[in-house]
Amino acid sequence: MIVVVNEIGQEMPADSTAGSVRDQLKPDADVMIVNGFPAEPGQGLVEGDRLVLIRRGEVPDREQLDALLTARHTPGVHERVRRATVGIAGAGGLGSAVAIALARTGVGRLIIADFDLVEPSNLNRQQYFIDQLGQPKVYALRDTLARINPHVHVAACHLRLVPGNIAEIFGAVDILAEAFDRADQKAMLVETFAAHYPDRPMVAGSGMAGYGAANSIVTRQRGRKLFICGDGSTAAAPGVGLMAPRVGIAAHHQANAVLRLLLGEDPAG
Amino acid sequence: MNLTVNGKPTETAATSTLQNLLDQLRLDCQQVVVERNRAVVLRQRFAEEFLAEGDTLEIVHFVGGG
Repeated sequence: MIVVVNEIGQEMPADSTAGSVRDQLKPDADVMIVNGFPAEPGQGLVEGDRLVLIRRGEVPDREQLDALLTARHTPGVHERVRRATVGIAGAGGLGSAVAIALARTGVGRLIIADFDLVEPSNLNRQQYFIDQLGQPKVYALRDTLARINPHVHVAACHLRLVPGNIAEIFGAVDILAEAFDRADQKAMLVETFAAHYPDRPMVAGSGMAGYGAANSIVTRQRGRKLFICGDGSTAAAPGVGLMAPRVGIAAHHQANAVLRLLLGEDPAG
Repeated sequence: MNLTVNGKPTETAATSTLQNLLDQLRLDCQQVVVERNRAVVLRQRFAEEFLAEGDTLEIVHFVGGG
């Protein structure tokens, strides 16, 4: 009978148990999960069962992790995202969440640029930890991404993006995600990148402050290659702060728009 | 002069630059990205970019937060 062991089909004897398969394929595993539930060694297996064998603390190598991700994705999706390079301009509330979503999706290469350090006030919405205070955001984020998927190549650029360096830093990207905080910086980045690379898509964020309705945040095409995620109007202002839920919603609109572009779909469709 | 701005018919004076149009719409030129007939116009050119009858403009006005 065929049993799917760590996402790969294996021919096993009909009387196999979780323990017997472990002993044969991964004797050092100390955790067994059958069809999503923790299992004892004596649990019998039947044709088509999914068995996951884990050694606590062990990091799967690239091939194993690829097999795990491929199995989690629709056929063809993993290969296409793995070949992609995505730029992320800004590693604050939007950029840190976009980076994590794309790393979990298996995007092969991320280029992340930001000049900022992790501050206590960032922890209300940005994907950093209390033990990362004071670190450059791009290095803290690179560490976090490595803990999620060490096989994603992350170029962390600790610098301020200006009109003179944007084309060079993001020269290799297929798609650029704008994740700045200030409106004039967003406009500067989008204008500069579009002027250099008019045929490459960009996904920007605009309007996600406060705690207004989640459903007011949308993805729209605005211009030839530009997509905007947000409600388009709610600026961060005194009394209208940036908070984790709506910033996270806008960021994941951006990440999904990037994914749809990589897969040839219309992000606003 | 008749223009299409963000999909809507918009009228402006017979001789207008892109900066005149942004002023008319009360938009801060530092917070917008403008495509004129599907090509990006750099903001340093806004004051010398004369618009023409029938132009199609996409003006994205960003708000802060991220």
